[in-house]
Amino acid sequence: MDLCPLIKNILLLDTEGKRVAVKYYSDDWPTNSAKEAFEKAVFTKTQKTSARNEAEITMFDNYVVVYKFVQDLHFFVTGGENENEIILASVLQGFFDAVGLILRGTVDKREVLENLDLIFLCLDEIVDGGIILETDADVIAGKVASHSMDDGAPFSEQTITQALATARERLTRSLLT
Amino acid sequence: MAQPLVKKDDDRDDEADYSPFLGIEKGAVLQEARVFNDPQLDPRRCSQVITKLLYLLNQGETFTKVEATEVFFAVTKLFQSKDIGLRRMVYVMIKELSPSADEVIIVTSSLMKDMTSKTDMYRANAIRVLCRITDGTLLTQIERYLKQAIVDKNPVVASAALVSGIHLLQTNPEIVKRWSNEVQEAVQSRAALVQFHALALLHQIRQNDRLAVNKLVSSLTKGSVRSPLAQCLLIRYTSQVIRESANIQAGDRPFYDFLEGCLRHKAEMVIFEAARAITELNGVTSRELTPAITVLQLFLSSSKPVLRFAAVRTLNKVAMTHPMAVTNCNIDMESLISDQNRSIATLAITTLLKTGNESSVDRLMKQITNFMSDIADEFKIVVVEAIRSLCLKFPLKHKSLMNFLSNILREEGGFEYKKAIVDSIVILIRDIPEAKETGLLHLCEFIEDCEFTYLSTQILHFLGIEGPKTSDPNKYIRYIYNRVHLENATVRAAAVSTLAKFGAMVDTLKPRIFVLLRRCLFDNDDEVRDRATLYLNTLGGDGTVVQTSDDVKEFLFGSLDIPLVNLENSLKNYEPSEESFDINSVPREVKAQPLAEKKAPGKKPTGLGAPPAGPPSTVDAYEKLLSSIPEFANFGKLFKSSAPAELTEAETEYAVNVVKHIFDGHVVFQYNCTNTIPEQLLENVTVIVDASEAEEFAEVASKPLRSLPYDSPGQTFVAFEKPEGIPAVGKFSNMLRFIVKEVDPSTGEAEDDGVEDEYQLEELEVVAADYMLKVGVSNFRNAWESMGADCERVDEYGLGPRESLAEAVNAVIDLLGMQPCEGTEVVPNNSRSHTCLLSGVYIGNIKVLVRLQFGLDGPKDVAMKLAVRSEDEAVSDAIHEIVASG
Repeated sequence: MDLCPLIKNILLLDTEGKRVAVKYYSDDWPTNSAKEAFEKAVFTKTQKTSARNEAEITMFDNYVVVYKFVQDLHFFVTGGENENEIILASVLQGFFDAVGLILRGTVDKREVLENLDLIFLCLDEIVDGGIILETDADVIAGKVASHSMDDGAPFSEQTITQALATARERLTRSLLT
Repeated sequence: MAQPLVKKDDDRDDEADYSPFLGIEKGAVLQEARVFNDPQLDPRRCSQVITKLLYLLNQGETFTKVEATEVFFAVTKLFQSKDIGLRRMVYVMIKELSPSADEVIIVTSSLMKDMTSKTDMYRANAIRVLCRITDGTLLTQIERYLKQAIVDKNPVVASAALVSGIHLLQTNPEIVKRWSNEVQEAVQSRAALVQFHALALLHQIRQNDRLAVNKLVSSLTKGSVRSPLAQCLLIRYTSQVIRESANIQAGDRPFYDFLEGCLRHKAEMVIFEAARAITELNGVTSRELTPAITVLQLFLSSSKPVLRFAAVRTLNKVAMTHPMAVTNCNIDMESLISDQNRSIATLAITTLLKTGNESSVDRLMKQITNFMSDIADEFKIVVVEAIRSLCLKFPLKHKSLMNFLSNILREEGGFEYKKAIVDSIVILIRDIPEAKETGLLHLCEFIEDCEFTYLSTQILHFLGIEGPKTSDPNKYIRYIYNRVHLENATVRAAAVSTLAKFGAMVDTLKPRIFVLLRRCLFDNDDEVRDRATLYLNTLGGDGTVVQTSDDVKEFLFGSLDIPLVNLENSLKNYEPSEESFDINSVPREVKAQPLAEKKAPGKKPTGLGAPPAGPPSTVDAYEKLLSSIPEFANFGKLFKSSAPAELTEAETEYAVNVVKHIFDGHVVFQYNCTNTIPEQLLENVTVIVDASEAEEFAEVASKPLRSLPYDSPGQTFVAFEKPEGIPAVGKFSNMLRFIVKEVDPSTGEAEDDGVEDEYQLEELEVVAADYMLKVGVSNFRNAWESMGADCERVDEYGLGPRESLAEAVNAVIDLLGMQPCEGTEVVPNNSRSHTCLLSGVYIGNIKVLVRLQFGLDGPKDVAMKLAVRSEDEAVSDAIHEIVASG
């Protein structure tokens, strides 16, 4: 597995650095306190930076961390020090956009907690045991959302309102970037 | 969905703080999980409870064994429900609970049913769950389905099976290896991610078969890979193949064209992966590097911080080995100094410091000054270290660099940062004589207002050594004596010692120093008073100005030539009696080197406080060690000690390296031996040296090592006589001979009887470079002019075909063992000629300066003009002799 790109963890924290949803794929942090220490370190290191338009990146303790903020949420993806930064960024972008699609554009802590089941499913669909499963936000969101609808219906066959909401969200996003 | 559960007692119903999980409790949720057992399942409610359980686990809550088992059994009931959403949550929950083997059996049949379901989502997830929790015994039963799933037309199912295969390969390789036909088919899949997962699995199945990997890479590099992630994998596999293929001829490296082609891929991750792979190729040539550097340069001005970071980090690494290749990016790099992302800015700065040339230093320093105020200490330390190496490279620039260091020394900063700056200044003072006086004054100013006791005492100690040797020692006294007034007891005591050193070394200052020391007699701290009293009495402070005798100086300020460990042991063993403690009875042999030292090989002592610690590693320490051995005591002054050279392969039974000590008429080989077998004790260890290929050398002495226990290194020595002052060279073959005794591992006691044994070591060679000390000069032109042309020798040489100009330059530098000056060891890319300046001291303490002019003669042939100036014609000739015969 040493040559395969590996994800060490995906973190979703709030503005105080508290856990909203996290998933660790590596044994580098064996205990909960080790995990919390890592989260605290990541949070304080990145807290003052602005990562609201483009994904930002930092490196410490031999980990590369890419991150992006929206509203009161901080998204992080961690990889080993020799990992291709752009692959990590594509995982972050996939997660970030998928959450946006699932929550239909209103991405904040409250909305995430209200739909925490979907966020857990989303994490489950992005990475399996450190190996990247999918980075395309549409596909991820489709797999997560499909369960509330008929068997295997693709994300594109949503109700008109849903589709409109998605389109609106996409439009705002393309205008912003 | 989930309703607010229990409201917190204080009715802080703040909108912002609202959470559906506010006040959630494990006990209550476990109670709620009973709904899983209801005959009439409410899928919505069950989903909510699972979410709560997952939330608890996610927040770091743990379930006891009993709780986990209960939840697990309850969850298995939910397979009855046909609700898809609930089923997904069940899958996630089972994975989180990681059930034990006997529990797994309960869900196996349900999962196997899902695995063969018509619903794609069920199949994919059931495979992932089952493969995650199974212990392998089950695997043969489901193997058939997994093989089918790998080639399933739904990509999600195929990926689930392939990824599970990658995980299972770690535990059940023999089963997964049987799937390689299906996996190979999946590599051709049209679905991007399936291709990626299939390639990862296929490579892992074949990773131990070099030929198969080779075949895989050569067939796929012809271009059937569509997924960017799979392409990145392929690039990694390709670089591995390149690394492992032997005998690479520069220019026709296999698969280089493929890597270069990937630089034009449309996905950024592939472009970057390829560029990085090219920069990491073994012995990469500047022609191979150029296209990779070009794409990285484009990334530098990207709007995405991740791309800028990736590019600058890679270029920073390239700058260590190929600084000239990166200079093209310098303009882009300079604009990154003001990058919002401080990691990018720091990497840009340190890259610029590595690639900068002498003329750009001042401009660079100006930019860095603005930058330093708003980065964290950890980044500042990196910058300080880069500046230190820049200063050593361009000693002429010491003024502006030293100024910079003193400026940042005055600003706010933590201990580690301040220590890094002080260490840097100390190193510059040591290595650049011109920088000494300004450097010392900077340090003096720093201790006027220094909050760190450790740094103050270390600087005072350093001042005591260096200050008296300056042209005007007088000016330091004020700074030192101020410490006696203003600081804590530790610093005051250190200041007293420093004052005394000035008094002992500089006779003209003596009366004034005594006045100051006498004032210290009224200090309220014992140590300060004791020191002052001791110095006043031994230095003759009774009013008469006398020349302090060398004995006294040696007693007070000479370093202790006994290992401190040995002294400590002897003192502990000493019992108070009529007979006083005799320091001469302390053994001087360095017995067991501490293990920690071994773990950091090649770590050079840096900065303050480093040299006296630890076993001999510097020339000073070597000299002391050798002179303590009676057999070698009359060899005279040690001229040079080489770096240790390994005589054994890594991880053999006995690890031996050798240090060559060169004296005027002798050579001593110091063999550092380590015994890595716990069950053995070696005794009477010697090295039998065969000098038949070194005619001018004759063995005169050998000092065996009495005992070599497990994992505690020891030394044995062999000395040779050689013609005085002549740089004799030769080859020596070595055989380790010893008596081996079995050790009982339980008691650690060795048996009485031993067996004589031998162990073949590798050869060692004494070469011409061993007679040359690397000593730099700060201004080569001045030194060259003042040396004069009296003993100049000039000649031209053809070096034959060479891989590159840089390679030829390095070969000659290594051959002569001299110090390159003014950064001239670096050859710019694509240049057809190069001048390299070297300086050194030849045996007999003869200064030597060398000017090498290289030129390309034809496509590969390198010609060289060698001009040598030295204080002695014979030495100039000898240098030519070295080149001619090398």
